Amino acid sequence: MIERLRSAWLGALTSVALAATLLFALVIAPPDSVQGDAARLLYLHVPAAWLAYLAFFVTAVASALYLWPRTRRPAWDHLAGASAEVGVICTGLTLFVGSVWGKPIWGPWWEWEARLTTTAVLFFLYLGYLALRRLGGRGAERRNAIAALIAFVDVPIVHFSVNWWTTLHQEGSVFNDRMQVSITDPLMSFTLWLAVGSFTLLYVWCCITRMRLLELEDGQAERDLARAIEARVAPTATVSA
Amino acid sequence: MSFASEAVLIAAKDLRIEARSRVATAQILPFGGIVLLLFAFALDPRRNVLPTVAPGLFWIAVLLSSLLAVSRSFAIEADHGARDGLRLAGLDGGAIFLGKAAAVAVELLALEVILLVGVVGLYDVEVHGLVVIVPAAILATVGLAAAGTVYGVLAAGLRVRETLVPLLVLPAVAPVLLAATRAFELALGEELADAWRWTSLLGVFAVVSSMVGVVAFGPLLEES
Amino acid sequence: MNRLPVVSIRNAVCLLGRFPALAGADLEVDAGEIVWLAGPNGAGKTTLLRLLSGLVPLHSGSARVLDVDLAHDRRSHRRSLALVGHETFGYDDLTGASTLRFAARAAGRSAADADAAGARFGLDALAPIAHAALSAGQRRRLALAIAFARDPRLLLLAEPHAGLDADGRRVLDAALATAVDEGRTVVFSSHESDRAAALGARAVTVEGGRTVGGIIDAAAAARR
Repeated sequence: MIERLRSAWLGALTSVALAATLLFALVIAPPDSVQGDAARLLYLHVPAAWLAYLAFFVTAVASALYLWPRTRRPAWDHLAGASAEVGVICTGLTLFVGSVWGKPIWGPWWEWEARLTTTAVLFFLYLGYLALRRLGGRGAERRNAIAALIAFVDVPIVHFSVNWWTTLHQEGSVFNDRMQVSITDPLMSFTLWLAVGSFTLLYVWCCITRMRLLELEDGQAERDLARAIEARVAPTATVSA
Repeated sequence: MSFASEAVLIAAKDLRIEARSRVATAQILPFGGIVLLLFAFALDPRRNVLPTVAPGLFWIAVLLSSLLAVSRSFAIEADHGARDGLRLAGLDGGAIFLGKAAAVAVELLALEVILLVGVVGLYDVEVHGLVVIVPAAILATVGLAAAGTVYGVLAAGLRVRETLVPLLVLPAVAPVLLAATRAFELALGEELADAWRWTSLLGVFAVVSSMVGVVAFGPLLEES
Repeated sequence: MNRLPVVSIRNAVCLLGRFPALAGADLEVDAGEIVWLAGPNGAGKTTLLRLLSGLVPLHSGSARVLDVDLAHDRRSHRRSLALVGHETFGYDDLTGASTLRFAARAAGRSAADADAAGARFGLDALAPIAHAALSAGQRRRLALAIAFARDPRLLLLAEPHAGLDADGRRVLDAALATAVDEGRTVVFSSHESDRAAALGARAVTVEGGRTVGGIIDAAAAARR
């Protein structure tokens, strides 16, 4: 009960923070001197990218805690799943906003820029992880935890290879600079921090809510099992009686 | 039995099965060949770009063939409860991993030699820088085989393994495709220093994915 | 006489998917005993054997087999047991002889052990035939030879007589009688009560995922 109340408070706080972010990002913060209003996408792009990496990091840590026998609890598996779901949404959002933002600046919708390309690979990497999670079955928790760690080990290698690729052999590196928005205005900088903070709150709230749902599903499964055992044993009981 | 001889036993078993069933030579190899041919059709109006893009096309063909090799490697463990047999044998999980990955790597290396001949013939490529091409190919193949084998056992017990394995493997081995293609391109252009740089990345991937496999294979086999 | 429990299972629940194949089974077996699991199809006999072998995890309850607590370790006792299931654990593309030798060597035994067990179950004539071409009865003989080649302390057999001809049944019964004389412990399921009676086996009935007569100690049985 207390937990639900806390979650409700967090939800309220998140709503207020997001409303404030919307106000600052769209109205109060000034347009960028070079890119104009297009730079306002920054307030969505940066939090989404940050949360994507945070979410996958949390998934990896939760998976490791699940695999470690002393800390093995269903909650870690739930957190790993909930966080990865938010992470995939955030990577998708990063890619979408990135290409919408890139259109007026670069010309084409997509530019093979290092961070964007790495994010695209991560998107598919974790889509695979979520596809695996959907399957469930015996020993699924351990299998999923191992898969999450393998994916996480791959992230720096993907990052390095894509970075080398775009910096060594493509002229793409110049686009990198053009996408850079130099934030000198204190109001813009405040708005960015506000956006990062409020979206992080949203992430935490999403994870908590999703974890509670998964916990309820587990409880339901336990009750179903108790009923199934009763049903399985029932004929024997009548025979012996 | 030692760790190494257990790995050799598994590799020998897998290669013996391939030698008798000829799935690798009769199905996977022709598959790689037709992929090379289809690339030429797809790029037909600009056939003169083929020599330039040959390294990438070659590695895509190898990558797709490796998916088949991995899925075959675990298809043979799917019948007659063979995975239960492996588990009951009490072998070290890491040794089983190394054995199976080595068998896949050997098959892929043989395939690459033939596809390389095909690329030289079909795409009019002049071969330079073999001193980098050979180690790059070996390291890339070890990486592909190791990563493929890890995901192969991950999906081995699942009904949807045929569709799931490619989705899991392809993003994970994206760095291999990138690095192996660049290494080949640079080696062909005789820019050996840069080619070595990419080859070292292939080495890192091969080592990391092999270590992950040695650690993770046993637990994953238990849950399959 | 001091009891030497080889198997001690209490209130074991095992799940196949979400189905409780075992719903609170008890079983005690002492060293050198031969135990016959009787009961209708779907009662949980095979799952019980697979639980003992460590292939199926324990959901709840307790299970100790060959001094290993299966709740924490389902692997380290496997080399000391053999399981004959409904499948051979073999590979279609290997011959009978290679399958047997591979299985024996994987379990840490020699090729000579494999050949001796093969001869015992009359597999010499089948040695060059591919596993895929073996009949059901021949496969059962192969599975039995693989089990005996492991020189197990605990022998688990799921309906070992099924599919065997008269000669095969005679060889099997002789092998089981010898096994008990050699101090091995045998647990088998069967629908053939006359065979089981002839072997002098202690009967345990499995029904609806539970056991009747699984516990040896009379006082404990009364408490229950």
